[in-house]
Amino acid sequence: MARRTELYARHVALNGRMIDFAGWLLPVQYPTGPIEEHHTVRRAAGLFDIDHMGQIVVRGPDALPFLQHVLTTDISRMATGEARYSLVCYDDGGVVDDVFVYRLPDRYFIAINAANVEKDTLWFRYHVGRFQATVENVSEETYMLALQGPQAEAVLQKLTPAQLDKLPFHRATESKVAGVPTLIGRTGYTGEDGFELFFPREKATLLWDGLMEAGAPLGLKPIGLAARDSLRFEPKLPLYGQEISATINPLEAGLGWAVSFEKGEFVGRGALLKVRLEGPRRKLVGLEMVDRGVPRHGYAVALDGRTIGEVTTGMYAPTPGKYLALALVPPAQAAIGTEVQVMIRGEAKRARVVKTPFYTPAYRRQPA
Amino acid sequence: MKVDKASRYTRTHEWVRLEGDEAVSGITDYAQEQLSDVVYVELPAIGEHFGKGEVYGVVESVKAASDNYMPVGGTVTAVNESLADEPQQVNTDPYGAGWMIRFRPDDPAEIEQLMDAASYEEYVSSLEGAH
Repeated sequence: MARRTELYARHVALNGRMIDFAGWLLPVQYPTGPIEEHHTVRRAAGLFDIDHMGQIVVRGPDALPFLQHVLTTDISRMATGEARYSLVCYDDGGVVDDVFVYRLPDRYFIAINAANVEKDTLWFRYHVGRFQATVENVSEETYMLALQGPQAEAVLQKLTPAQLDKLPFHRATESKVAGVPTLIGRTGYTGEDGFELFFPREKATLLWDGLMEAGAPLGLKPIGLAARDSLRFEPKLPLYGQEISATINPLEAGLGWAVSFEKGEFVGRGALLKVRLEGPRRKLVGLEMVDRGVPRHGYAVALDGRTIGEVTTGMYAPTPGKYLALALVPPAQAAIGTEVQVMIRGEAKRARVVKTPFYTPAYRRQPA
Repeated sequence: MKVDKASRYTRTHEWVRLEGDEAVSGITDYAQEQLSDVVYVELPAIGEHFGKGEVYGVVESVKAASDNYMPVGGTVTAVNESLADEPQQVNTDPYGAGWMIRFRPDDPAEIEQLMDAASYEEYVSSLEGAH
C-alpha cells in the first residue's frame, strides 16, 4: 500500500492525478497537463512535493574521512554551506545511489533517492565500521519541497529573512521560511535556478500553502512527476535506475567529473580506475529522432539490424520540441552525427547522435 | 467528459461518425484525458484495409503508447496529416480537429450497432465506479 505524503489532500483538491511512485502516492500531473507544467517551470516557477526523497545525517569526528570513503567526490575542501553532487559506488564501480551532500556547521546532510533510502542507510552503516561517525536516517521527520524556475527567488524571498540574492548555486543556508526553521539549498533537478527546502514534516501544509499563495501573482504552479522527469531529462540530469544503476557505472554515464581518483581510496575506486584505464565499454549519448516516433526507456538501439545499446530515457522534450533520448551505446557509435536506429514497436526508426545537454541549465552561479 | 451526440462509440474509446458514405474516427474525450498530453500519433497508409477491432495506429502520450482500434471494418481514405505537427489537437478537440482517420466502411450499418453517446457515457461511468 503506497503511503500518502502530508500534502495528499492538497494534491487531490488540485485534481492531481495520483500514482504510486517508489511506494508513495504522488501527483504525476495536474489538470493543465505535464507539457504546460514543464513550460511553467522554465518560464515562471513550479512547486514540487518531493517528500518521497530521503535524507541521511552524518556526524562525528570522523564524518569527513567516512564520507570521503563512501562518496566518489572529494568533499575535503567543501566550505560550510556548500552543496555538492556525488555518487555512492559498489566495489565493482556500479552505483548504489546518486546524492547531494550539504556541509553544515555541525553535520553533513545528504539528500538521497526515494527508492534507495533503506539501501543507502544500510550501506552507510555497513561502511561506518571503524570510523567515529554516526549515520542517521532522518527521512521520516524531514519534509522536502522543491521550488524551481526563474521566479523561484522572488517567490521565496517573500517568506524568508535569508538574503537569497547572496546565496549562489550549490550553496545552502539554515534560515526560516514562513517562520519555520528550514535548510534552504540553491539546488534542484530541473536545470533552472531554484531551491530545495528541508524542514520538519509537520509544517508541510504551512509551507506549501504559504509558497503557493506568495507565488500565485508570479505564476507559480504545482508540478507533477511527469514534468519533473522531462525537466531533468533536458539538462541531462541522471535518474537512478535509468542513466545510472548497479550495472551502469559513473564513467559510462558521463559522470566522471563526480569521481575524484586523486583524493585517495574510496569504495569502488579500484574498479573505476580500471574502467578509466581501459575506457568505458559504452557511453551515454544524446539521440535525436530522424524518423518520427517517441523513444522510451528500455527500447533497443540498433545499427544495421544488430542491437548495440539501449535507451535509458526518451520522450518528447517540450523545450526544444523534439523527440529525444539518452542512450548507452558503444564508444564507436558515440560520436556526434553518428546514425543509429531506435527500435520502436518492432520498427527500426532512424536517429542521430547529438550534443548534450539538450537544454543548457539557467543556474545562478554568482551572487548578484 | 464531453461526448459528440452524432458519433457512435466503442468499448476501447474510439468514436466514429458517418459523413456521407465515409466514416471519420478518433479517440474520445475520456481517452485523451486518460492518456494525458498527446505527443505523437502514428497513422496508417491511405488504401490500407483493417477489420473491426484491428489496430490501425498508435497514440503516444507523455506517459505511454496506446493502440487505436478500428471501430468497424473499412478502407482508409484519408488521415489527419496535421497531427504530425500538432498532436495536441487530440487533447484540445478530440471529436473535431483531433480526428485520426477517414475510411470507407465495409458495411455502414455496423456503425449503428455501436454504443450511442448516452450508452457510452453510462459505460464510462461504470468504469469510473470500478476504481
